[in-house]
Amino acid sequence: MTSNTYLPAGMPIPVPAADGLDAPYWEAARRSELVVQRCGACGSWQWGPEWLCHRCHSFDMRWEKVSGEGVIYSWERPWHPVHSSLKAVGPYTVVLVELPDAGNIRMIGNLLGPKDQDVKIGRSVKAVYEPHEAADPPYTLVQWVSS
Amino acid sequence: MGRRNLYGKVAICGIGESTYYKHGQSPDPEFVLALRAILKAAEDAGINAREIDGFASYSNDRNDPSRLAAALGINDLKFANMHWGGGGGGVAAAVANAAAAIAVGFADCVVVFRALAQGQFRRFGEALPDPTVSGEAAFLSPYGVMSPAQKYAVKATRFMHEHDISRSTLRAIAQASYHHAQTNPRALMKGRPLSGEKYDESRWIVEPVNRLFDCCQENDGAAAVILVSAERARDLRQKPAYLLGAAQGSDHRCAATVMNGTNVASSSFTTVAERLYEATGLKPTDVDVVQSYENFTTGVLMALIEHGFCAPEDANDFFTLQNLSAGSGRLPLNTSGGNLAECYMHGMGLQLEAVRQIRGESCNQVAEANISMNIAGPMVSPVSSLIMGSEETLT
Repeated sequence: MTSNTYLPAGMPIPVPAADGLDAPYWEAARRSELVVQRCGACGSWQWGPEWLCHRCHSFDMRWEKVSGEGVIYSWERPWHPVHSSLKAVGPYTVVLVELPDAGNIRMIGNLLGPKDQDVKIGRSVKAVYEPHEAADPPYTLVQWVSS
Repeated sequence: MGRRNLYGKVAICGIGESTYYKHGQSPDPEFVLALRAILKAAEDAGINAREIDGFASYSNDRNDPSRLAAALGINDLKFANMHWGGGGGGVAAAVANAAAAIAVGFADCVVVFRALAQGQFRRFGEALPDPTVSGEAAFLSPYGVMSPAQKYAVKATRFMHEHDISRSTLRAIAQASYHHAQTNPRALMKGRPLSGEKYDESRWIVEPVNRLFDCCQENDGAAAVILVSAERARDLRQKPAYLLGAAQGSDHRCAATVMNGTNVASSSFTTVAERLYEATGLKPTDVDVVQSYENFTTGVLMALIEHGFCAPEDANDFFTLQNLSAGSGRLPLNTSGGNLAECYMHGMGLQLEAVRQIRGESCNQVAEANISMNIAGPMVSPVSSLIMGSEETLT
């Protein structure tokens, strides 16, 4: 079976939190945009999403579009599958990416490309968008490629 | 340095565990395992289990203290305490919470226990079967980051990168546990020693830090310790293991989701370790033996460094099998075989072993062990650690 997604169909489908906290992120990803939280009062960037600004305690958390330029902060390559959809996949690469133009917040994603590619901490990466149209409900993942 | 909080006020007077099994192989339900461990700890202490008037546990243990109290026929339940937080980060805190309850007079005889039957319930190392995920899991699971090994490897990868630490340190930590298990009749890995070659040839679980032997087992069983006041402990039949101090917590925004804690390349112990030493007036060189929770060897590496046993730049020389072994080492580590090679009882087995070292009853006894440290599950939040001491430490 060929797939145009990095990991196969059948992986857990992300849905917005029941309280709506992260819904704007998932909606933006569907539009191929990366938005993260920024405080309307003090300008602090914040990730993961929370209702309150950790720096000034304002509840005025806004969603701001960012460039998607990142730097690999850390990485890993899981070999042992812990989910039924990963049994035949083999090792895959996960990166923890820092976003220098968004207060160095960090995000997890896959580094697209050969699954055994060399990964270096400090290397530049860029966000790309990976739609999963066949999923129910459909969703889009933010993924990373070397830049 | 001064001494604060619990120093010498409360002691562990009894320890007990069920038979330890591979996961899914316990013939008993989890509740029965809990009861067996508690009864054995009471027998060890030489007290009637009906004297127990408090229960403390952690990580959402499923065995409700009121049901336990009813089953045991306890007349007056005075303390029922669950320490928040997942994983094994709360095991030392649960002991500390029990001790605090005794010190302030909420209860007189508190048992700290953990029971796990992963066959009856679910395994930790497998993803949940849910078709959809939300909250933090929505930002991790779709990328194949689901198990604890996968969630925490990025922390260790970054830590080892920053400090140029060799993977030989992880091999030494794994080998120390397996080495000590060979003399421990309770250990599931007794008779299965771990050579350097066997470690090096083992498969990756999560590259570049977790090979098979870097990861804890998953088991069925239960373990318990009973605490009473220092005065009461002196009248009982076992040599008391006095609690000298404990600390719990985590540093700035440690649990901010998707690895956004300020100090993410960490075992979460930087501030906790500092408070532990402050509470006890002790320093790392005072410690005779350490039991440090191995969910993964990477967590032990970072936890021991963050407890000040060696500077990060000295880690490659410090973490050797010889140095970590009872008998030859500067820092005897996980002398029962720990979570890797005795049994993964969510760190509770390591508490029992810390007590045995004070009593002089370990299968890998450290000579004149008067100060025994226990470090709970690293890399989660909150984490906790404690120090126990012998009678000699009270003067």
